[in-house]
Amino acid sequence: MTRFTETADHLSWGRTLRLQHRVARPVFRQDVPATLAEGLSTLPTLLATGLRRSYGDSILNPAGGIVDMAGVDRMIAFDPETRILKADAGLSFDALLKAMVPRGLFPPVSPGTRFVTLGGAVANDVHGKNHHGAGTIGRWIRRLGLLRSDGVEHELTPGDPDGLFAATIGGLGLTGIITWVEIELMPISGALMDVETIPFDDLDGFFRLSAESEASHDYTVAWIDCLATGDKTGRGIFSRARHATGGELSAGKGGGPTFPVELPSIALNRFSIRAFNAIYDWNGRRTAGRAMQHYQPFFYPLDAIGQWNRMYGHPGMYQYQSVVPPAAARDATAAMLAAIAAAGEGSFLAVIKTFGDRPSPGLLSFPRLGTTLALDFPNRGGSTMALLARLDAIVREAGGRLYPAKDGRMPRDMFRAGYPDWERFAAHVDPRFSSLFWTRVGS
Amino acid sequence: MTTIAPAAGRRLRLVVLGGTSGIAEATARLYAAEGAEILLVGRQEDRLAAIAADLKVRGAARAEVAIADLAAPGDAAVALAGFAGTLGGIDHILVAYGILGDQAEAARDPAAAERILAVNFTSASAWCLAAANLLEAQGQGSLVVLGSVAGDRGRRQNFVYGAAKAGLAALVEGIAHRFAAKGPRAVLVKPGPTITPMTEGMQRKGFTWAKPEDVAAVVRRAADKGGPVVYAPWFWRYIMLIIRFLPAPIFNRLDI
Ligand SMILES: NC(=O)c1ccc[n+]([C@@H]2O[C@H](COP(=O)([O-])OP(=O)(O)OC[C@H]3O[C@@H](n4cnc5c(N)ncnc54)[C@H](OP(=O)(O)O)[C@@H]3O)[C@@H](O)[C@H]2O)c1
Repeated sequence: MTRFTETADHLSWGRTLRLQHRVARPVFRQDVPATLAEGLSTLPTLLATGLRRSYGDSILNPAGGIVDMAGVDRMIAFDPETRILKADAGLSFDALLKAMVPRGLFPPVSPGTRFVTLGGAVANDVHGKNHHGAGTIGRWIRRLGLLRSDGVEHELTPGDPDGLFAATIGGLGLTGIITWVEIELMPISGALMDVETIPFDDLDGFFRLSAESEASHDYTVAWIDCLATGDKTGRGIFSRARHATGGELSAGKGGGPTFPVELPSIALNRFSIRAFNAIYDWNGRRTAGRAMQHYQPFFYPLDAIGQWNRMYGHPGMYQYQSVVPPAAARDATAAMLAAIAAAGEGSFLAVIKTFGDRPSPGLLSFPRLGTTLALDFPNRGGSTMALLARLDAIVREAGGRLYPAKDGRMPRDMFRAGYPDWERFAAHVDPRFSSLFWTRVGS
Repeated sequence: MTTIAPAAGRRLRLVVLGGTSGIAEATARLYAAEGAEILLVGRQEDRLAAIAADLKVRGAARAEVAIADLAAPGDAAVALAGFAGTLGGIDHILVAYGILGDQAEAARDPAAAERILAVNFTSASAWCLAAANLLEAQGQGSLVVLGSVAGDRGRRQNFVYGAAKAGLAALVEGIAHRFAAKGPRAVLVKPGPTITPMTEGMQRKGFTWAKPEDVAAVVRRAADKGGPVVYAPWFWRYIMLIIRFLPAPIFNRLDI
């Protein structure tokens, strides 16, 4: 029987909260029902987690227990005709890519790291740089298994009339344990990407490039220098790409070096962040143009350094990812950049992208038509919180919302205003499942 | 030591004794990515089948399952010949099954101690001896056996288990000696603490804890080249060197 073990190591990616957790680590799908039953016999609630790339408290459940699904990581069946892969929820994108790229197949949607599980990707309805064409990953899920606290394992499909599928896609694990997933993969003919890098001087430049690239390129994303001021405000580097045709189908190398220790928090200060942004900008302009790049550095640049989050030291970091509707996008983005520059609290990497109009299938899915801006901030306590509150005001004014997977502090009313379907969602939440995030905003 | 590879164009055929072991599964995934033909032997059919299905999607040309209580080998030579029949031959044999057991219980109850010795030493020896004969007869192939750093010096915490692994180490070293300059290889891999079901529930913090993938990479390499005793990860060779040479008065005061 799988035991629940007390541990101080169950941290989310932002590392701002360090709480004791009781964690069970089943290894086989067959073990999961017994793990669930054992957990519920002594703990008030459970929550399944994956590779813990969520930044905030949506994967914490200190009052209950955690079922760490990362060890339940087997592929169950693959049908080359339909391109449908059935796999355990704990399978990582990394393992999926290693097995599927040599066959000329690719995930239809890739988040910014390949160290996420399928279950985690579904539970957060993740998006990628091809959102304008492909939508979220939930659109590519054909079936999934969901084990509820009553011990019944449901097989859910997109057409599911009672809405449990729509609640589970993007449902932050609150509807039960996702046990397996069927996903439709996408054909590719080579492992390389045909990437074009174009500097822009201001926000209008970004929006122009974005609009013109959506029809021509599968993947678009931009980095923006959120510390630039004066006539450099809004400068950045736009990148657009397609899968190259032909070439080798190599899955690429494994991981690179790992960040060994937490840096002292002094290491990331406004000077080092400003220097980083300046170098990034300089390098982007220097290397602008068209180039072939392996898919790994294109999709997963940060995976080259394992545990890069330790760079933020013991206090950890906050991510802040918003989406605002198109009409307000230009002004809201400018206002956020101005607020960040005024506060002098630089973001190491600010990433901006326009989302397309493909509807997200989940009741709590984050992506919607508009512009999304992702920022990360070293946790400096009060001053960081004050800046994030100012950003909240801008996002709310614009009718936008924040991404729960990245969040560790959004106010309850902001969550509810941003996710008008939240009450319909709440009706599907399993009464014996919870998270710190949900106790904060939902219940 | 010569490097053993199957004849050109031939796929490697691997037999895993203890197919559900965490370390063995991680190793089998490396073989699968090379397109090997794999036979998993163990007790739990549904779990072995789940692993085999996964190995096939990961690239294994074949992944078969055989059910056996490995602690009761009966005639190990006959059983191994049967496994070889399934795959049409054997290139690599990985002996991975084992139990940690409960040291406190083993101190109280001779039957519990005997169980630890029977699984980790007596039965494993029978498989290794039969495998040695099979590999020697065919003149090629690798026998890779999972020992443990616990076999390097008896410690109060787990010395019955350690004694079994120490015995197994001497046996495999002897087979490697017998093979010297003959073609086949025998290697004992000694993992340090590894995050698998065997150590579930222990406090697993710090650099000394390895992931099964890390150990698997060492195991896979050991099947092709290197000396007869390999530590996984490598630094355990030096840690154990120090621990083995600590004078008893110092060693006795350590809580390790
Ligand atoms: N994990 C560590 O820290 C560590 C350190 C040093 C050495 N090792 C050694 O490495 C090897 C693999 O260990 P692991 O960590 O991968 O452990 P594991 O995941 O617990 O695997 C041990 C396996 O042995 C099998 N087994 C036990 N008794 C058996 C029997 N009578 N018949 C058939 N199969 C039997 C179990 O099969 P069932 O599924 O049927 O129970 C299980 O799959 C072991 O020899 C262990 O001693 C491990």
